[in-house]
Amino acid sequence: MTTLFNDSICALSSPPGLGAIALIRLSGKDTFKIVDQVFRAASKKKLQDSASHKALFGGIYEGEELIDEVLCTLFHEGKSFTGEESAEITCHGSPYVQQKLLSLLIEKGARLARAGEFTQRAFINGRMDLSQAEAVADLIASENEAAHRVALNQMRGGFSKKLEALRQELIDFAALVELELDFTEEDVEFADRVKLYQLLDKIEVEIDVLTHSFATGNAIRNGIPVAIVGEPNVGKSTLLNSLLKEEKALVSDIAGTTRDSIEDILIINGLKFRFIDTAGIRETQDAIETMGIHRTFQKIKESSIILYMVDISRSLDGHTAALVRIRKEAPNVPILLLLNKADIGNVEPVLAYFKNEKHTIAISAKEHHGLDILSDTLIEMSNAQYALKEEIVVTNVRHQAELNSARLDLGSVRRGLEDQISGEFLAMDIRKALGHLGSITGQVSNEEILGSIFGRFCIGK
Amino acid sequence: MMDYDVIVVGAGHAGNEAAAAAANMGCKTLMVTMNMQTIGQMSCNPAMGGVAKGQIIREIDALGGCSGIVSDKTMIQFRMLNLSKGPAMWSPRTQNDRWMFAEEWRLSLERIRLLDFYQDMVVDLCVENGKLKGVVGSSGQIFKSKTVILTSGTFLNGVIHIGERQLGGGRAGEKASHGITECLNKLGFESGRMKTGTPPRIDGRSLDYSQFEEQKGDLAIQRFSFTKTPIPKTQRSCWIAHTNSEVHDLLRTGFDRSPMFNGRIRGLGPRYCPSIEDKIDRFADKSSHQLFIEPEGWNTIEIYLNGFSTSLPEEVQQNALRKIKGFENAKFFRPGYAIEYDYFPPTQLSHTLETKKVEGLYFAGQINGTTGYEEAAGQGIMAGINAARKVKGETPIVLNRDEAYIGVLIDDLITKGTEEPYRMFTSRAEYRILLRQDNADQRLTPLGHSIGLASEERLLNLRDKESKVASLKRAWENVSVGPEELNPVLEAAATAEVTQKAKAIKYLSRPQLSIQQLLRVEKLRSITDEITTDTECLEQFEIATKYEGYIDRERENAKKLHRLEGIHIPKDFDYFPLNSLSLEARHKLDNQRPETIGQASRISGVSPSDVQVLLVFMGR
Repeated sequence: MTTLFNDSICALSSPPGLGAIALIRLSGKDTFKIVDQVFRAASKKKLQDSASHKALFGGIYEGEELIDEVLCTLFHEGKSFTGEESAEITCHGSPYVQQKLLSLLIEKGARLARAGEFTQRAFINGRMDLSQAEAVADLIASENEAAHRVALNQMRGGFSKKLEALRQELIDFAALVELELDFTEEDVEFADRVKLYQLLDKIEVEIDVLTHSFATGNAIRNGIPVAIVGEPNVGKSTLLNSLLKEEKALVSDIAGTTRDSIEDILIINGLKFRFIDTAGIRETQDAIETMGIHRTFQKIKESSIILYMVDISRSLDGHTAALVRIRKEAPNVPILLLLNKADIGNVEPVLAYFKNEKHTIAISAKEHHGLDILSDTLIEMSNAQYALKEEIVVTNVRHQAELNSARLDLGSVRRGLEDQISGEFLAMDIRKALGHLGSITGQVSNEEILGSIFGRFCIGK
Repeated sequence: MMDYDVIVVGAGHAGNEAAAAAANMGCKTLMVTMNMQTIGQMSCNPAMGGVAKGQIIREIDALGGCSGIVSDKTMIQFRMLNLSKGPAMWSPRTQNDRWMFAEEWRLSLERIRLLDFYQDMVVDLCVENGKLKGVVGSSGQIFKSKTVILTSGTFLNGVIHIGERQLGGGRAGEKASHGITECLNKLGFESGRMKTGTPPRIDGRSLDYSQFEEQKGDLAIQRFSFTKTPIPKTQRSCWIAHTNSEVHDLLRTGFDRSPMFNGRIRGLGPRYCPSIEDKIDRFADKSSHQLFIEPEGWNTIEIYLNGFSTSLPEEVQQNALRKIKGFENAKFFRPGYAIEYDYFPPTQLSHTLETKKVEGLYFAGQINGTTGYEEAAGQGIMAGINAARKVKGETPIVLNRDEAYIGVLIDDLITKGTEEPYRMFTSRAEYRILLRQDNADQRLTPLGHSIGLASEERLLNLRDKESKVASLKRAWENVSVGPEELNPVLEAAATAEVTQKAKAIKYLSRPQLSIQQLLRVEKLRSITDEITTDTECLEQFEIATKYEGYIDRERENAKKLHRLEGIHIPKDFDYFPLNSLSLEARHKLDNQRPETIGQASRISGVSPSDVQVLLVFMGR
């Protein structure tokens, strides 16, 4: 195999900063030559002479000075992610060692990679198609199981298959419209408008399912937003801390991501949740507090689930009015009522008081009571909210934008049908829709539309 | 022997347009044909134009070609197809007198001063160092020329099939041509076989017309040509008949002797012009097919039976045909037949229709794998233009996909090649809203004039028309009409009435209102009459106003094409190291050497992902 790129690139592949270990990756035709100049394997073997996918233990030297003990994994040309000769050096995680190693590699002939350059090389070298390349970017960014699964599925082509079916339906639709334009003299039955509407309905629904799945994709990647509504000291922090211990999950602290300081990210059963703390929403005359309430409602509207916390040891006055108002402001967001401090209060009358609520759980955040049920309910409510079981989820912003554009074009087709405009004008919008879909799946040629016509209708006077 | 600038081999639709264009552009041109008596034959149906094809004839005429005028002068019926659709779909079609058509072509060619004729079969080409020098006649005589245009139609190693009978021939009763394919193969050209068919010709006196449905011509005869060519005052009708299951059953009895089904014909036939046996085989559930009874001329009794193309044994053809209502006593003039011939995959050409292998050699028409008189003529005129310009040392002329159907046709052939005989459809044109029959003159006459093909008069006519349309626009933009004048007209057109005064142009843009209806308003009639009463100008004004939004959008769409068209690929670019391109794409790109990414993107086997790779690599 001949490679297209003459230079070799290197970069730190693990997150920057202090860590236990760090990974430095190289790719390019001189990778082994470069590494062999600074790396001495304990076995005295050179990378150039080793088999692919072998890990060699040894030291990185600057002259005779040992910089670090490392593990070096090598990949032969044609057998690596980029398709080029590659190596991955696992070193210790101090920023000094990382920087030193990179500068040594650069000194020996490598070049620091630009953002996304490894994936770009993989794409250019034919290791993946465009939508796969985009999925890789998502895979790298995916931190949880669900996101990982979606990204993997897309990389394996599940998304492409779904789109292919959609594309074929749109081609057949275009063929029906084209039929009466080019073959007006033919003895064939032209599609009536009712049939065109039916086909359009079907295609629109399919695109809608895909575009709606983008919200799911987003939730999977960024976390399902859960607004916690409750007065101060109702036990919100205690609850989060308890959940944390219970799930043995990490509170996310990803460097470089900007988060609202009062958000906490928790992974429950492999699903990422973003808990957003809010102020209470009781009626008040205080101007500042009124602003706070306004912000609370903003967050409630943006969330997918509302955790409404009640301290059952306090008075229940005002909760009914508050719940009514929440439902008015955010009618589509389900509410999960948490009756906290069940260990010190009497739950029964409170449950009776809230008997009209659909989801109510009595818990003790402090004593870890009811947390399992809470976790299960959160998952259950998320499943109802999103098509999490659905294999195909749109996660890529560009794909979502193209699907949205295609959907808009089909809207124009529908309006055209309603206005009874001539087929060639309908075809303009159908072609645009096909073009948008095609930029994800591969463009539709005129030949394919004709093929669909000849396959189905007896043409030839 | 004279030394020619351009030699055209063949005298069909492609050859005639090529010879006329080259000679009219000032080149010493020789037309070599096997039979001087068969110049300009309509080998298949006696009709010109139709959907997408009518637009091509208009384009040829706008450039200064002859097919439009010849068709207009010899028509026996005119119809504008697709009138219920928008103007981009309107398609002129004529039935023609086959004999008058050929005679008119011959007379048109004989009027061209720089055009010579010679009757002979060309058997070989003279090529030195990859450059064309001339052609060799059947007796070994050499005709020297700077360029040669091959328009061999179905004649190269033509074989006619009727049932189990096979005979060499280029057309019924005419000899096939041998030698050229072998010579080109030796030069490294790849060739293939294609197949087409034609229906039986029938004695019209033997048919019972009371059983058929009459199809008349339009009340108002229009023209292909933008010139004021004389047109007939009367027309002849066509007739429609239907097959039935009894006919189909009888046809099936001959399937085992059909060269289509027993594998004797290897060439690929067109899917959209199938034989009757193909139709009943592939669409077995359809119990009846439509047939068109087309007269072959003004005075002849000969009938062309459109829709009944077949290569079944003659007696099977006859027996089956007589089961059709009205055909009970039908007499044959001659049976239908299939013909197989050599073609050269057109990916071996550049966009000028010059071959990549031999400089100065051009192909046009069925030799490139197309079907249809119009497609052939369209290639012919472009090959003639480009051969002439090469001789004169001028830059080539290539029409873009948003400029002409001819541009779409040639670009499709060069970038995609074709597996079956290629026919034009409007759906092949991405920007068909722009490629209308009514504006072919605006699209192409200025170009035709600038290269010395379209006459000064044609250009002046166009300019006159354009200025009148502009005046009409100004006038209608500046005059307001009120409810009392307008509402009677609106009521008659069943469209919403108005309560306030508005500019006249606003009403013209309403889809339900025609300019003829609006001209019933006295004020509009008088300001319009002052400018023009010419229906073509009025129609152009109406289309430009009514469809302005769509036309503008299509122009925007076309701009995107120009972006990819603007990115040039280096001439000797090495595709093989680009592993991200599919292997097929690499081979095709290397073989066809597109000049731009736009052209590359249309090559079959080159996917959008491949185009992305090229874009990334070209630094975009």
